[in-house]
Amino acid sequence: MTDVIRTVHTAGMPTQRTGAQTIWECLVHEGVTTVFGYPGGAILPTYDAMLDYPIHHVLVRHEQGASHMADGYARASGQVGVAIATSGPGATNLVTGIATAQMDSVPMVCITGQVPSHLIGYDAFQETDITGITLPITKHSFLVTRVEDIMPAIKQAFFLAKSGRPGPVLVDITKDAQNATHQWEWDPQPVKMRGYRPAQSASRPELDKAIALIRSSRKPVILAGQGILQSGAMREVKLFAERVNCPVAMTLLGLGGFPASHPLNIGMMGMHGESWVNHAIQEADLLLAFGMRFDDRVTGTLKTYAPHAKKIHIDIDPSEINKNVRADAAIVADLRETLRELLELVPACDHASWLKYIGSMKGESAVRDIQTLPDNGHLYAPHVINDIWRLTGGKAIVATDVGQHQMWEAQYYHHEEPRSLITSGGLGTMGFGLPAAIGAKMARPDAEVWAIVGDGGFQMTQAELSTAAQEGVKVNVAIINNGYLGMVRQWQEFFYERRYAATPLRSPDFVKIAEAHGLLGLRVDKRPDVEGIVQRARETEGTVLIDFRVEQEDSVYPMVPQGAALDAMIRRPEPSALVETAADPI
Amino acid sequence: MNHTIIALVEDKPGVLNRVALVFRRRAFNIESLTVGRTTEPGVSRMTIVLDSDQTSAERVIAYLYKLVNVLEIEDLGAGPAVARDLALVKVAVAGHDKAQLLRVVDETRAHIVDTGEQTMTLEITGEPPHVDAVIARLEPLGIIEMVRTGQVAMRRGDTALSAQYT
Repeated sequence: MTDVIRTVHTAGMPTQRTGAQTIWECLVHEGVTTVFGYPGGAILPTYDAMLDYPIHHVLVRHEQGASHMADGYARASGQVGVAIATSGPGATNLVTGIATAQMDSVPMVCITGQVPSHLIGYDAFQETDITGITLPITKHSFLVTRVEDIMPAIKQAFFLAKSGRPGPVLVDITKDAQNATHQWEWDPQPVKMRGYRPAQSASRPELDKAIALIRSSRKPVILAGQGILQSGAMREVKLFAERVNCPVAMTLLGLGGFPASHPLNIGMMGMHGESWVNHAIQEADLLLAFGMRFDDRVTGTLKTYAPHAKKIHIDIDPSEINKNVRADAAIVADLRETLRELLELVPACDHASWLKYIGSMKGESAVRDIQTLPDNGHLYAPHVINDIWRLTGGKAIVATDVGQHQMWEAQYYHHEEPRSLITSGGLGTMGFGLPAAIGAKMARPDAEVWAIVGDGGFQMTQAELSTAAQEGVKVNVAIINNGYLGMVRQWQEFFYERRYAATPLRSPDFVKIAEAHGLLGLRVDKRPDVEGIVQRARETEGTVLIDFRVEQEDSVYPMVPQGAALDAMIRRPEPSALVETAADPI
Repeated sequence: MNHTIIALVEDKPGVLNRVALVFRRRAFNIESLTVGRTTEPGVSRMTIVLDSDQTSAERVIAYLYKLVNVLEIEDLGAGPAVARDLALVKVAVAGHDKAQLLRVVDETRAHIVDTGEQTMTLEITGEPPHVDAVIARLEPLGIIEMVRTGQVAMRRGDTALSAQYT
C-alpha cells in the first residue's frame, strides 16, 4: 500500500489527480468514512485509488446488500450512506436497494462505474443504461463522462441526497473519466442548483389557519411520521403535543420519533395499527400530519378516511400536499422550524376527556392481546419480540425485514429513541433486514443492533452473514421462523380460503448456516428458553444467529383489509377461539 | 379538458426523459409537447398541453417541480394566454377542382409553401381551433400527409416567465 494521499484543503493550489482519486477526495471532503460496495471492471480504477484514502470499504456479497447497508447506515446515523458498484449487473443489483431508499426518503449516494464513454450505446460488455433504469427510483442521477465533471456531480449528489426531502442519488462515472487526470482542487463553495430550492419557510397565512383549526378542535390527533426524525424535531413534537395536550399516533417509519412510553403516545396507526388508534383517527375532528404522506397502508380507503377531521399537513415536499388527502392548512417547510413557529402561537389546550375516551378503547383491546393470554405451551413471535424488547431495555437498534415479524416488531418493540427502528416501509423489501442491520452497526458501533427477520426474507440476503463475519461486526439476528411466508400466508388464510399457494417454506438448518460462517447459531422453541438464549447472544462477541421456531399459523392483528375503511379491522379472536393452533414440527 | 403548462427546463441530456416520466407513470395523456430554446443560454422552454382536469394538472405541476432540472413552471390554465399551433398539410390537387382548394387557402389565411405535380403543401398557423377548422375543410379534398407542431403559448400582458438565477 502506498502512503495515504493527503486531501487538498488549501484553496488556489490545484493538484494533479485522476478521476478515480477525485472521487475519493470528494468523499473524504463530504465526511464519508465507510462505503459499501463490490468491485468490477468498470469501477476498477476507483478501487485501485481507494487504497490511498482513509475510507473503510465493506465488501458485500451482492450489490443489493451494499445498497441496503448504505440505507441502514443512513437511517441509523442521519448521514448519507454510500454504495459503490461496477457497471452492468453490479449497477442493476443495486436497484432494489435504491428503490427502497427512494420510497422511504433515505439519503444515499450510489456510485457506479460505467463502460468507457466511446462504448456507451454499443452494447459493450457489462454496459447498462443505469441512469435510465433508475430514473423513476432516484431523487436525481448523473452520468459523468468527463473527469472535470466528477466533483460537481458528487457535490451535487450529496447535497441533493440529504437536503429537502432526502433520497437516493446515483452517479454513474465512465471508466475513461476515472482514468483521466486533471488539475484538481476542492471547491468549498456550497452547492447551488438553479432548479432545486429545498429550503422553504412556512407561510404566515397557513400558520394562522393551522392555529385557528387547533383552537377550535376538540378531538385532535397528531400523525407522527418519519419527517420528525429527518428534521430532528423530536423535542419540538414533544413540546407541541404537551402544549396542545394532543394524542400522538405513529406511522411505521415515525416510530421512535416520539417516545413510546410518553402518556400522549397512543401507538401505531394503519393496517396493523392499534385498534383504538384507528378508531381515534376516524373519530377525530382534526388531524395534524407531521412529516407523513397518508400512505394507503395508514389510511385504508380514502373514501371514508377520517370523515370528520380537518387536516393540517406539514411536509417539506410540496408534491405530498393534497396528493392523497386534501389539506385544510398546508405548510410546506421544515417540520422543526415550523413547529418552533407554531409553538410561539399555539395556546395551551386541554383534551382530557378525548384522551380518556381513547384510553377507554384500549381496555377492550387488552383482553385480546396475545401478551395477556394464558401460556398454552406454544412459542409466539409476539412473545419473542416482546421479550427481546424487555431484555434489551428497549435500547437496541432493530432492523427488520418485511412481513408479519415486521408488524409484530412495530407492535411489541417499544421504541423510545429516534433512528432505533430501521425498516422498509414504502417498498416493503424482503431481504432488507440483515444488510440494513450491518449498515446500522457500522454507523453506530456502540449501539446494540438486532436484525429481526423472517425465515423467508432472511434467505433472500443471508449471504451477507459472510460480510458480517468478514467485518467482525456484531449484530444479533433473530429469525422468526414459522415455516411460511407468513404475511402472504395470512392473506391467503383471510382472503383466499386458506389455499396456501407457494407459502410453505422449507429452510436449511439456520444454526448450521451460522456455524458455517464461524458464527454462533442458537435455536429456541420454548418460551422459557427465550431469555437465556437472548442474553447469551447479547454477551457473545461477533454476530449471533437465533432460530426462533414460532407458532406456524399465527396472524398479525388487528388487520385492516386492503381497501377497507380504517376502522373495519379484523381483530384477534377472543381467547377461547385460540385453541386451533398446530404444533407441527417445522 | 385541455390544460396548458409551460416549463422552463435546463438544457441537459435526459431532461425530456425525466419530464416524460412524470406523465408516463401517472398515465397522464399528453395532447402535445413542444420544446425549444429561450433567450437564456442553457434554458429550454416546454409547452405541454394535457388532456386533464384541474386536479390532475395540479399533480403534474407538483411532480414537475420536484425535478431538479425544472426551473420554472407556469400554469396557463389560470389566465389569458396567446396560443399558436402550426400545421403543414399536403393536399392532393389532381382529380378535383383546384379552384376549390385555392378558395380555402384564400379564406383561411393559409400559405402555399410547396407545389408538386400531384400535391400542394399548405402552412396553417393560428389558434389551435383555427388550425382544426382549416384541416376540417381540407379533409374532403384529400389530405395526403399532415404534421402539427403542437401548441406553443405565452401569457398575455406584461408579466414574463423567466428562469433568472436568483
